[in-house]
Amino acid sequence: MKRRNFIYLSGVGAGALMLPNLPSFGSPIDPAQALEQVDVRIKKELADVALNTAKSKGASYADIRIGRYLNQAVITRETRVLNVANAESYGVGIRVLVNGCWGFACTNTVTKDGVAKTAERAVAVAKANAKIGGPPVQLAPQKGYGEVSWKTPIEKNAFEVPIKEKVDLLMAVNGAALAGGASFVNSTILAINEQKYFASTDGSYIDQDIHRLYPNFSVTKIDPAKGAFETRAALSSPVGMGYEYLTPSEAEKMQGVVTRYRNRYDMLEDVKNAAKNATEKVSAKSVEPGKYDLVLDPSHLWLTIHESVAHPTELDRVLGYEANYAGTSFLSLDKLKSGNFKFGSTNMNVVADKNQKGSLGAVGYDDEGVKPKQWEIVKDGTLVNFQAIRDQAHMLGLKESQGCCYAQTWADVQFQRMPNVSLMPGKTPLSVAEMIKKVEKGIYIVGNGSFSIDQQRYNFQFGGQLFYEIKNGQIVGMLNDVAYQATNQEFWNSLAAVCDERDYRLGGAFNDGKGQPSQSNAVSHGSSTSLFKGVNVINTKRRIG
Amino acid sequence: MPILSKEEAQALLKKVLSYSKADECEIGLNGQEGGNIRTALNAVSTAGDISTLGLAVSSTFGKKTGTATINEFDDASLEKVVRRSEELAQLAPENPEHMPPLGGQTFAEANTYNAKTAAMTPESRAEMVAASLKASKEAGLEAAGFLENTTGFYATMNNKGLFAYNKSTDVTFSVTTRNKEGTGSGYAARGFTDVSKLDTYAATKIATQKANGSIGARAIEPGKYTVILEPTAAVYMMENMFRFDARSADEGRSYLSKRGGGTRLGEKLMDDKVNIYSDPFNADLPASTWSGEGLPLEKTYWIQNGVVKNLSYSRYWAEKKGVKPMPGPSNIIMDGGTATLDEMIKSTERGILVSRLWYIRMVDPQVLALTGLTRDGTFYIENGKIKFPIKNMRFNESPIIMLNNVETLGKPERAISVESYRSYMIPPMKIRDFTFTSLSDAV
Repeated sequence: MKRRNFIYLSGVGAGALMLPNLPSFGSPIDPAQALEQVDVRIKKELADVALNTAKSKGASYADIRIGRYLNQAVITRETRVLNVANAESYGVGIRVLVNGCWGFACTNTVTKDGVAKTAERAVAVAKANAKIGGPPVQLAPQKGYGEVSWKTPIEKNAFEVPIKEKVDLLMAVNGAALAGGASFVNSTILAINEQKYFASTDGSYIDQDIHRLYPNFSVTKIDPAKGAFETRAALSSPVGMGYEYLTPSEAEKMQGVVTRYRNRYDMLEDVKNAAKNATEKVSAKSVEPGKYDLVLDPSHLWLTIHESVAHPTELDRVLGYEANYAGTSFLSLDKLKSGNFKFGSTNMNVVADKNQKGSLGAVGYDDEGVKPKQWEIVKDGTLVNFQAIRDQAHMLGLKESQGCCYAQTWADVQFQRMPNVSLMPGKTPLSVAEMIKKVEKGIYIVGNGSFSIDQQRYNFQFGGQLFYEIKNGQIVGMLNDVAYQATNQEFWNSLAAVCDERDYRLGGAFNDGKGQPSQSNAVSHGSSTSLFKGVNVINTKRRIG
Repeated sequence: MPILSKEEAQALLKKVLSYSKADECEIGLNGQEGGNIRTALNAVSTAGDISTLGLAVSSTFGKKTGTATINEFDDASLEKVVRRSEELAQLAPENPEHMPPLGGQTFAEANTYNAKTAAMTPESRAEMVAASLKASKEAGLEAAGFLENTTGFYATMNNKGLFAYNKSTDVTFSVTTRNKEGTGSGYAARGFTDVSKLDTYAATKIATQKANGSIGARAIEPGKYTVILEPTAAVYMMENMFRFDARSADEGRSYLSKRGGGTRLGEKLMDDKVNIYSDPFNADLPASTWSGEGLPLEKTYWIQNGVVKNLSYSRYWAEKKGVKPMPGPSNIIMDGGTATLDEMIKSTERGILVSRLWYIRMVDPQVLALTGLTRDGTFYIENGKIKFPIKNMRFNESPIIMLNNVETLGKPERAISVESYRSYMIPPMKIRDFTFTSLSDAV
């Protein structure tokens, strides 16, 4: 396709935002530019300048990340395109180790001179901080991989799909919602492409091309007479996939009281269901507070796993490195070393994995040049491991990093971020319908909603998108104003059953925040539908004047 | 050098504008530089240094707009970015909500820039952090903290005569101190335009007092309690209500929507003592004197004596509704009284002092029902005295309901939200019937 035709079909600029030129936002570009790549030879030359400069100024170790981060957002409401934003953030981040202390600097002046000056600034920062004192950084050894590359295994690059096609889909989605009785509908398609080049004094030169996609909508139903409104969000997941995720597939639909999706998403079908659901929610029965058995769909459970298992097993949290912001953890090195800390019931098996195909966390190499691994975090309910990177590995007695280091852009320093952390499916054949049949008094929860957890990950409260009352093994109707509160270990020890692998699906967080300055990380969490016994459910309804 | 003076920015923007052939051309130019240090376990964990400069050009033909950006500033690059934005505009779909750009406006000078803050270096940051760690070590505690300073400018110009420029500085510091056993934790956070107002040692001392004072926390039954929220806690609770957006209220999906349709403008929604306004000229919390849409910003009451006084109208929504555009707040100040925190404690028969709140999330946007938890220093008050530290608790409460139950407001102070890191002027507040729903073992 000719560039002009592509741009025409891409129809950029409908109310284009004046995005601030900050790394976290990126700068608006035309869509054709997103298809260009920076020559790897140029990147290698720049990397060598940075690494040589850092070493000559006294660094014992240095790494550079040359990042080109592309974001595309197509944002609509009802019958209008609110914004089509193609943003690019291009620059360099350099990390150095001097006198046992880290220093970091970044620039968007991607020239040999700019890179050299930035390496000098990074060294100056490290030297200034080394004077404060503290234990020197211990970096786990890492062999250099030489010149290597990795790309997300996509079938269809979202950036090659003309904007017109995306707008047409979203307009059809919005039209279906309004035709189905929705008062308002917002829909979006977000696409991310991280073109990351990493090089270090270990001898690695790693070129990666990583893709993520997130189609989403929110349908709102207003009842003006009551002064009430209800929303229902999409049951899609953000994915580490290309545009192929938006090609519906009957084989990837999970049928039930509401259709859920795996690997492929039918946005039009989901929004029609959402319009019905939002209307039902306005008049749904308000929940009676009390103890219920909860049947949690993977579209909901991923967030509970994320908050209550993945975050507290981050080693930096356990050690106190996140104490000032995200918090610490109810877990400790002693609990891990005891070998008998009962995190949950024997049905609880949790695995960390940054290789999982289609996941948000999938990479070939992490942001400090380490190939990611798969490892167990909880085995048969017992805590068996945490998550660690190069400067933490020695604390766990590991000889090498587990490969879960990440920075949101070139302008941010890389640090420990969670990999995909997933609950393994049950080994005994069990379907969702069979699970529901065994529940006398329960609630079936689909989709993620409100979430809050304390700074050590003990006490949490979760809402959802859809709540269905279960009585004597049958779904009897919709409920509203539902949230469950629990303490972590109590909740996971009440895990009575996990459906088998036929129901296994990924959910995920497109923007998981941690660190100071806060950085965003994208990560998936897989599970099959799971049953938790006797969980405390509250009614969240309040009134104001 | 990414920080341009007003004159340098104006000259550059004029040059860019000279290349334009569009009906409308709007240009944004912004730069930022600064750095940060993060500490944990009484030592530096990470540190960074940032420097960026960028230019964005929006060209419009009719109602069709295209935007392009660049971070190279030679003449050829400047012309190229204008041409690219024009090409994109010609190919773009029409935006029915496009508003023509404003002409020349008069803006008062802002007081958002401080030379001392702009002059901070890796060395001066390290010294301030060392002072914080000294206080922590003196108390026998471990500190995790974060110090960040930024200097930035933003300038905009269009072909209808508008030019606006603002330069600002900001420094924020927060620290959490904990004992080695993990049974006590305290927090302090400060944010200033002028770094000379920041005493990292003194702030850390307060965090250490909270940490040592919170050891041996007891559990009390969740329920409704009188609470005294320190400004750091109160601001995080209230941050969710500061948009005052007319459009979402008109559309029926906001706590400011009226049952049966319309907005709650003019209605009494909170206690008489509640006055919330924005004022870019406030000496303790200076802000930009112009909005993103290029409108001058003035002192504006949003809530006055508990009544919804104003709502924010974008230029598009104002035209649709036949009212004057009203930019949203560029800062938030809440009036208070004269009571000190000690006086508020002394006048409390039975209550809870809350130092900090955490992980607040929306539960029901219709009433702004929120949930979250106390953190880093929660104390039981009886007969005017702090009796003992208590375990943290989860709350389920709406700031609207909370501001209907105001008993006393103290002296406002500059406080930063622990999640957004934005600064506000907020008083400590004593609130009746604040709803706690469960206990947490977190320290």
